Amino acid sequence: MQITAEQIEKDLLRPIFKTGRKYLVAVGLATSLVLAGMAAFGYQVYTGIGVWGINSPVFWAFDITNFVFWIGISHAGTLISAILRLTNATWRRPVTRCAEAITVFSLLIGGLIPLCHIGRPWLGYWMIPYPSQRGIWPNFRSPLEWDFFAIATYLIGSTTFLYLPAIPDFAAVRDAAKGLRKRIYSILSLGWQGTPRQWQRLEIAMHIMAIAIVPVAVSVHTIVSWDFAMTLIPMWHTTIFGPYFVVGAIFSGVAALILAMALLRRFLHLEEYLKPLHFNNLGKLLLTMSLLWFYCIFAEFLTTWYGNTPSEMAVFWENVRHNFAPLFWTMVVCNFVIPVPILAMKKLRTVTGTAIASCTIVIGMWIERFLIIVPALDHKFLPYSWGTYRPTLVEDILMASTFGFMTLLYLSFTKFVPMISVWEMKVGLQPRGGGILTTEAPGEKRHGLVLEGPLPTDVEE
Amino acid sequence: MKILYGLYSDPEKVQLAVDTLNAATSELKFNPRQIIIVSGEPHEGYDFAESHLTSLPYRWAVLGGAIGALSGYFLTTLTQKAYPIATGGMPIAPAWTDGIIIYELTMLGAILMTFIVLLRGARLPNFKGVITDPEVWAGKILVGVVDPPQDAQSVLEKCLLQAGATQVKQSSGAPGKLASKGT
Repeated sequence: MQITAEQIEKDLLRPIFKTGRKYLVAVGLATSLVLAGMAAFGYQVYTGIGVWGINSPVFWAFDITNFVFWIGISHAGTLISAILRLTNATWRRPVTRCAEAITVFSLLIGGLIPLCHIGRPWLGYWMIPYPSQRGIWPNFRSPLEWDFFAIATYLIGSTTFLYLPAIPDFAAVRDAAKGLRKRIYSILSLGWQGTPRQWQRLEIAMHIMAIAIVPVAVSVHTIVSWDFAMTLIPMWHTTIFGPYFVVGAIFSGVAALILAMALLRRFLHLEEYLKPLHFNNLGKLLLTMSLLWFYCIFAEFLTTWYGNTPSEMAVFWENVRHNFAPLFWTMVVCNFVIPVPILAMKKLRTVTGTAIASCTIVIGMWIERFLIIVPALDHKFLPYSWGTYRPTLVEDILMASTFGFMTLLYLSFTKFVPMISVWEMKVGLQPRGGGILTTEAPGEKRHGLVLEGPLPTDVEE
Repeated sequence: MKILYGLYSDPEKVQLAVDTLNAATSELKFNPRQIIIVSGEPHEGYDFAESHLTSLPYRWAVLGGAIGALSGYFLTTLTQKAYPIATGGMPIAPAWTDGIIIYELTMLGAILMTFIVLLRGARLPNFKGVITDPEVWAGKILVGVVDPPQDAQSVLEKCLLQAGATQVKQSSGAPGKLASKGT
């Protein structure tokens, strides 16, 4: 059955106007996780950061793992959306907004974690460069300061990239809503009408944003990798870290996107829009990223093993054979052994298949972030300083609450914004190229027809 | 503000209506700027949709990038030099690390300028006189004349219908409200 513009409008705006019981249950679960996290954070602020399991020599653990993980997840959205927009891939239409929302929310969560880690979050504004009387000036040589600028730029860029194409959809909701909701959407839509001038400007702006956001996305995770690579710690001080982190970020981000799409498809009944084709295409991308990720891991470990430096080999064996081996091999199974066969076989590259593979990858990539950080820190150059790390309950709860917070933000978003761009879906209904006159060469402008003869005068007053 | 408009389901008929209205401006004594087109999605490849093509936003984005780069330079290099920091002989404003901040602020400048230029170019925000019709979101395209000359209304209505309008409506009043009379 051919879908119509009216049907698209109705289907995609439905979740905003109607709330189901499953939605409320999901919101309740996510909220309880967030509340637990807030309680744990309150306890941490009251008692001090000693309630975490970190201690000499492991000063970075769960919190930075979560930071790197969520910043990594943010990579799928805007980056994929921008690349698909630039290449004018028509299958992108139902995917882009789901992806862009993931970026914004995971960046928000990622950005909150350093604030938790500094122990006194109310002093977080010290990171902002301004000439203060305290004699403290941000150190522009510090990768943590680069993080601040990179993440802030990416967050502002991604939010703009999410907001711009949503303006016409806000206008659609405005015209379908009543009362307070209408007033809110009138403000959000900025008085959008949909004149040709506005469409032109919007499309040009999206094009420029897509060009600008790709290098920003790549720079963000490269800079996050430099938090580690700029230090002289075994297994961290390596040139491969930049590309390795970017590959890992896109890998985990695509997996998170597929998971989110599968859940949206099921719970918002978007089967007509998020089709197996989209999962198949993203599944192929995920397969490529899985192979690339394995290549990066192999290149990194091979170089370490071949160099045979004692300090690096200590970390190497910690990962491969000793304390962290169970986690290491779980990571390899989750990121490579399970997903590759699923994603390589067309028969298995279904909605369920890609969702299962994505689920294992998200778990595997969290473990990967942990294994980058902790084994290297607890086996530094001098054996007498070696130590161990075990997360505490507070850290476990905080970690779980980041997932709850992400779910809550995403669910709330579905109540305010159509999760699939309505106007872009309508563009998909138009004949390819948007025109009717087929006798003209591709790319040639179509000219309108003019009514022949004099203007109608036989009008009854 | 009054508007007389027709609703079209076919962009080719929209082009026909727009061209007809443009041809009638001198005879019916209204300004081509009074012609309005509103749609729920962009229509590529038609004159009516591409009459506002411009490369200006790209140039503005480059300018935004340049402003961002300069801001980055001032923030990193000049402020570090102005601030009494003891670096123990290290360069006070190292180009490699400052370059990262300058790069990020360059991109931020381009992004923000693009956003500002979009708002200005699309004449947003505009909370006064939003012209719309619920049918637009169901796939119809609105073509009309804002504040049409009183004595030309019936001719305009006929023009819109002859061009293939499925409905001709007249509306007046508050933004977003189309208490319209249909034909």
